Amino acid sequence: MRLRLSSDAVRLVIPALSLTILLAAVFWLQPRAMSYFGLNLLLNLAVPIALATIAQMFVMAVNDLDLSIGAFVSFVACVTATFLRDAPLVGTLILVSAIGVYALVGVVIHLRNLPSIVVTLGMSFVWAGLAVLMLPAPGGQAPDWVRWLMTAKPPLMPMAIVASIIIAVVAHLIVMRSSLGVLIRGVGGNERSVERAGWSIVAARAAAYGLAGLFAVAAGIALVGLTTSADANIALRYTLLSIAGVILGGGEFTGGRVSPIGAVIGALTLTLAGSFLSFLRISPDWQIGAQGAILIIVLALRLLLNRVEKRGARP
Amino acid sequence: MTPLSRLAGKPWIWSWIAAFVVWFATIMVTGGASTLGLSQAAFTFAAFSIIVGIGQMFVITLGPGNIDLSVPATMTLAGTVALKLMNGDNGMIVPGLLVAVLIGLAVGIGNYALIKALRIPPIIATLSMSFIVQSAAIWTNRGLRIKPPSFLADFTTSSTLGVPNVALVALAISLLAWVLLEKTVYGRWISAIGQSMAAARMAGIPVDGARFVTYLLCAVLASLAGYLLACFSGGAALNMGSEYLLMSIAVVVIGGTAVAGGDSNVPGIWGASLFMFLVVSMLNTYGIGAGVRLIMTGLIIISVIMLAGGRRTGMR
Repeated sequence: MRLRLSSDAVRLVIPALSLTILLAAVFWLQPRAMSYFGLNLLLNLAVPIALATIAQMFVMAVNDLDLSIGAFVSFVACVTATFLRDAPLVGTLILVSAIGVYALVGVVIHLRNLPSIVVTLGMSFVWAGLAVLMLPAPGGQAPDWVRWLMTAKPPLMPMAIVASIIIAVVAHLIVMRSSLGVLIRGVGGNERSVERAGWSIVAARAAAYGLAGLFAVAAGIALVGLTTSADANIALRYTLLSIAGVILGGGEFTGGRVSPIGAVIGALTLTLAGSFLSFLRISPDWQIGAQGAILIIVLALRLLLNRVEKRGARP
Repeated sequence: MTPLSRLAGKPWIWSWIAAFVVWFATIMVTGGASTLGLSQAAFTFAAFSIIVGIGQMFVITLGPGNIDLSVPATMTLAGTVALKLMNGDNGMIVPGLLVAVLIGLAVGIGNYALIKALRIPPIIATLSMSFIVQSAAIWTNRGLRIKPPSFLADFTTSSTLGVPNVALVALAISLLAWVLLEKTVYGRWISAIGQSMAAARMAGIPVDGARFVTYLLCAVLASLAGYLLACFSGGAALNMGSEYLLMSIAVVVIGGTAVAGGDSNVPGIWGASLFMFLVVSMLNTYGIGAGVRLIMTGLIIISVIMLAGGRRTGMR
């Protein structure tokens, strides 16, 4: 008897498979990584990337693209390492208003019918400028509670894995199980029909951007918890990493087809790919290139699986 | 319809007005002393954004999701390899140029092969490709700093009749691009593909061929810009292309090309490229610090797109 999988589940097969293969390869190259401590070391940088990927996913769910995530996460990291530590109230206020600005960007993009790429591009300059104003040179210090949270040692599983599972479950509940999530995905799928059904598209877009801001704030705080200090350029590469993470996890640019669990797995895969390459002792010159190659291979696998899926669906 | 109102209907006019306002605001502060110098610098630096911007424009014309992120890496690799081959020798200028173009062709072929064969969205395909190209650039560049041939260094940094030579090159490329876009069947094809790929296919347009040529064109223009930029700045550096990733996208969109595809224009690229350079130099002239300058740049980009974008949708 054949197991019938929903198309959402099939979407998850390739990301999960590539993560497993990569993890197996890492263990095979470096058996010592197969421990509580080793796993934590391998994966803890994946936590902020996973959060940023989820943030990007919310924006991609409404058919937009956020090019400001890297700059925004850097900005949040700077706020966390300065205001949130020295004046928690002011720091919280700044972060909450930053989320508000994110939602506002969504509203502006919708009302004026602007290309999200350009508006978020402009915003990335704004966030970068604010971050430079706060921390012209690398510095600051992580608040103690953030540090405690990120270095906590829960029993059985390292923090990185526990955190990833929590992120995936929370995002899954919001996107797949709540009515807001359905609305957001509906806007990505067919904006006009959602509007005709009586929903407010502006509110949905604002909510998607606001949630993206919320998760990006979490990413910035988590990042500072790991690095202990911040810098205005600390997370600039998150913009492209987050887009790649969403795509690796089975999401698509249009149509509101996203997968939160896949996005977290995609982020983990991207992080592991870096470690895997350094274990392979590939010359640092070629590491970025090899990361590109891994991306291509995973996507080729996905194409293969999609073909199999289609063939299976025909009879 | 008066000529003035017809002019106001052109999508590119806004970027030109913005560039002119910023230019005027800058020379007012300096009392008109730096007018010529500022204008020449603006045309010189804008020339590089124009060349890569035109390539990006063709790609963006193809419709939603089409974008080439491999531009900076291609620029770096082409600049590095060409300089290495020329090795400061004036006799090797043509082979150097050919190698740069060949690299562009190779990257373009690679990009489209990934998009087509693996059916990857262009953003991710060109991103993965750019990782590989960037690695190749790092590998060739390794701790070496070769000076460009003296003739090329002079050519790119001097002007003819007061107009910077690189701006003349950009003008020639722009004219070609304009003819290609407005007067040839290829230009009609890519606009049609951008408006609706399915309809274009039904109409018998060779969609794959046209898209392939477009990605090729974009990569070749990027490699050409890298070649010129490396000669202009006296050597290839690994980060020389990095600012052109966002720049190439920004000039296209501020210039009035529709991001949804199918509607593009060349003059807007000029206005937008001049504008982008002039904004930074205006804020520098005012003596504003790096942080505030970044914030202002961002806000100005957003306001320009709000003004221009709002009007366009109002007209339709």
